Amino acid sequence: MSKITATQSRPLSPHLQIYRFTPTMAMSVAHRITGAALYFGPLLFALWLLAAATSAEWFDFVSGLFGSFLGRLVLFGYSWALLHHMLGGIRHLIWDTGRGLERDTSTRLAKATLIGSITLTVIVWVVGYALRGGF
Amino acid sequence: MADMRTPLNRVRGLGAARGGTEHFWRQRLTAVSNLPLILFFMGFVMAYSGAPFEEVRAAIASPVVALLIGFAFVSVLYHMRLGMQVIIEDYVHDQGWKVALIILNTFFPIVVGAIALLSLLKIVFGA
Ligand code: HEM
Repeated sequence: MSKITATQSRPLSPHLQIYRFTPTMAMSVAHRITGAALYFGPLLFALWLLAAATSAEWFDFVSGLFGSFLGRLVLFGYSWALLHHMLGGIRHLIWDTGRGLERDTSTRLAKATLIGSITLTVIVWVVGYALRGGF
Repeated sequence: MADMRTPLNRVRGLGAARGGTEHFWRQRLTAVSNLPLILFFMGFVMAYSGAPFEEVRAAIASPVVALLIGFAFVSVLYHMRLGMQVIIEDYVHDQGWKVALIILNTFFPIVVGAIALLSLLKIVFGA
C-alpha cells in the first residue's frame, strides 16, 4: 500500500498579495466587506419597527438616534455599502449568464460599480433630504 | 494504528459536500428577490425618515406595505445568512469557533426576523 501524503503536502493557491492589484480584485474584496457590514443592518431596522410597534416614546427615542449626527453618518455609510453591494451583485448575476467576463469588460464593470455606487448614494441623500423638506 | 482510509473517505460527511450548488443557487435566488424588495424598503425609509410616530404607523398598517417590508426582511436575512456562512468557512479554521459561529449565524437572522415580523403584525392588527 502506498503512503498517502495528501495531508502532508497539499497544494496551496497563491494568496491576494501574490497577484498584481486590479480593479476587479478590489471590487471582489469590496463586495465581501460590504456584504459582511450589511449583515448588521437588519437588526437596526428591526429595532426601528419594534419601537414603532411599542410606543410613541420608544419610537421618538429610536428615531432620534437614527436622526442624530452619528446615526446619519452610519446610515450614510450603510446606504453606500448597500448600493455598492447591490451593483456588485447585479454584476455577479450578469457573470452568471456567462456574459461580461472578458478582461476589458470586467474591468469596466468594476469601475462602473464604484462610480455608480457613489453617484447613487449622493442622489439618494439629495432626494431623501428633498422629500423631508430638508430638515 | 495507521489510517487506511483514502483521502476521499476521510473527508466524506465532514462538510458541505454536494450542498454547494444549492447554497450557490439560493444565494442567487435571494439576490434577485432582494433587488426589488430593498429598493422598496429604501424608498420607504427615505420617505418616512424623521416622520412622526402616527404617520409611520399608519403607513406600515397598510397590508401591502407591511407585506413588502416583511418579504424584504425574510429575503435579506436568508441571503445574508448564506453569505456569512461562506465567509466563516473561508476564514475560521478552528473547529470549535467555526461551529459556534455557524450556529450564531443561524440564530441571529431568526431573532432579527422574529422581531421584525412580530412588530409588523402588531402594527397591522393595531394592538
Ligand atoms: C440588492 C441587493 C443584493 C444583491 C443583488 C446581492 C447579491 C449578492 C450576490 C450575487 C452574492 C454572491 C457573491 C459571490 O458569490 O461571490 C452576495 C453575497 C453576499 N451578500 Fe448580497 N446582495 C444584496 C443585498 C445584500 C444585503 C442587504 C446583505 C446583508 C444584509 C447582503 C449580504 C451578503 C453577504 C454577507 C454575502 C457574502 C459575501 C461573500 O461571500 O463575499 N447582501 N450578494
